[in-house]
Amino acid sequence: MSGLKPPERDPAWWGRLFWLGAALALLWPLLVATEFRPWVLLSAESRAPTARFLAAFVPPATNPEFLWLVARETWRTVAIATAGITLALVVAVPATLMSTRALSVSALSGRMAPLPAALRQAVRWMLVVLRSIPELVWALVFVRVVGLGPTAGVLAIALTYGGMLGKVYADILESGETPATRSLLANGSGRLQAFAYGLLPQNAAELTSYTVYRWECAIRSSVVLGFVGAGGLGQQLDNSTKMFAGSEVATMLLVFVALVALADQVSAWLRRALA
Amino acid sequence: MNLDLHAVHARHPAAPAGSSALRGVSLSLRAGEQVAVIGPSGAGKTTLLQVAAAALKPSRGQLLMDAVDPWTLRTAALQRLRGRLFLAPQTPPLPPRQRVVTAVLAGRLPAWSLATSLRSLFYPADIPGAHAALEHFGLAEKLFTRVDRLSGGERQRVGLARALLAPAALWLIDEPLSALDPTRAEQAITALTAAARERGITLMATMHQVDTALAHFDRIVGLRDGALAFDLPTAQVGREQLLQLYAQHEDELDGRPALAPPAATPPVVMHCR
Repeated sequence: MSGLKPPERDPAWWGRLFWLGAALALLWPLLVATEFRPWVLLSAESRAPTARFLAAFVPPATNPEFLWLVARETWRTVAIATAGITLALVVAVPATLMSTRALSVSALSGRMAPLPAALRQAVRWMLVVLRSIPELVWALVFVRVVGLGPTAGVLAIALTYGGMLGKVYADILESGETPATRSLLANGSGRLQAFAYGLLPQNAAELTSYTVYRWECAIRSSVVLGFVGAGGLGQQLDNSTKMFAGSEVATMLLVFVALVALADQVSAWLRRALA
Repeated sequence: MNLDLHAVHARHPAAPAGSSALRGVSLSLRAGEQVAVIGPSGAGKTTLLQVAAAALKPSRGQLLMDAVDPWTLRTAALQRLRGRLFLAPQTPPLPPRQRVVTAVLAGRLPAWSLATSLRSLFYPADIPGAHAALEHFGLAEKLFTRVDRLSGGERQRVGLARALLAPAALWLIDEPLSALDPTRAEQAITALTAAARERGITLMATMHQVDTALAHFDRIVGLRDGALAFDLPTAQVGREQLLQLYAQHEDELDGRPALAPPAATPPVVMHCR
């Protein structure tokens, strides 16, 4: 066809320009409010203490007695994270099954019925409450209830991470391909059957990878919880920092790096196995 | 299963209000009857199957299955009723990382308890059944292959094999042959119609290949622009009716068999959150 002129410009252009400008205009007050002044880091009076602090890190502490202590506390940290994630799954899995739209029978033919929709919304709100309270706050509460020690850490991780896992699991299940699941539901399968035969095989790799990533986060989190007396490597790190034992801190940080690298490897291996 | 549609209007949930994929379709199938639905693309064939499967609610008119209106039932009863029919979409809904045996046995789910279904994930509960169902479609050797290792045509036949395991009295099958070569198509449609006849299953299939439909079905329903063009015993379907049905779409009537290219499995996207 001749005579038709090509369009002068992309019709989406003005919208894009507007939102970019709006984002920048919003960002400015945020930077002011957070006193964002990175150049302070490089001033002479901050450089000297930073250098002194970092110099104390080398060489990392390696005396056998300390290493043995670190090994024991590392094991405890891994145990806290793993037990916490396991308990979090107990919260998250039922909540996911209840809240994901992909398993709704009434949504097969148009809109979801009001009662199931209300139930799903209620579960989602419960998850919001669980994860909006930081694990540190839960830990402070539980330290008062069950006393100092790993139990408080485990419970704190279980609640906050239960909220996070439940939300993201539901999102993963809804964003994946759903025809297989919908077809099973439309042919009269139950919701749990449709989950096991349709949704789970479709999303197993992504769910696993996210769970392992959260386990990694739980390890980091248990360090912070250790600072408030919830046991593990974190408590030890707190002690060493307070005694300005830089070399001990360095050893423990290296252990963290190793743990995170390990989680990364496990995740990659599991993804390959499930891909 | 007896199936009755009375002046059914329906539209796809995603379609704009006012538009209608089905406009006043009335149709009756007696138990054990076999009907092919033909018509040009966009005639509403898929929507008709979805309405007949109680997967899509008619906006007007009524659907009766064995004289019961499924849309008056409560959810649990509706799901039980849906367990007695089998709707096979044109694109076989198989998770790519599932093994063929699991995908085929998923047809059994409505007849299984949750405990049996979960046990079958650890050890397939009915290997002989799955093997026999696949054998009808010449796929017996693929029993333990993963779905993503299959070609598009093989996947479509796995989807059909699932019907043989479903505890269904009504089969609603959308374009069962769209990804099959002529030999495989012949084998598949023969297996389907024979199995349905043997078990007294009511069969309604939409068909793209008119000559295959005429060769294998006793009754032909012509659908055009969401309305019935004709509903006749195959012997009475003549060239004029077909030409009228496919007016302005003659290429679909005489042209090449529409071989849909098998959809490639997209790679798994990993999100980090």
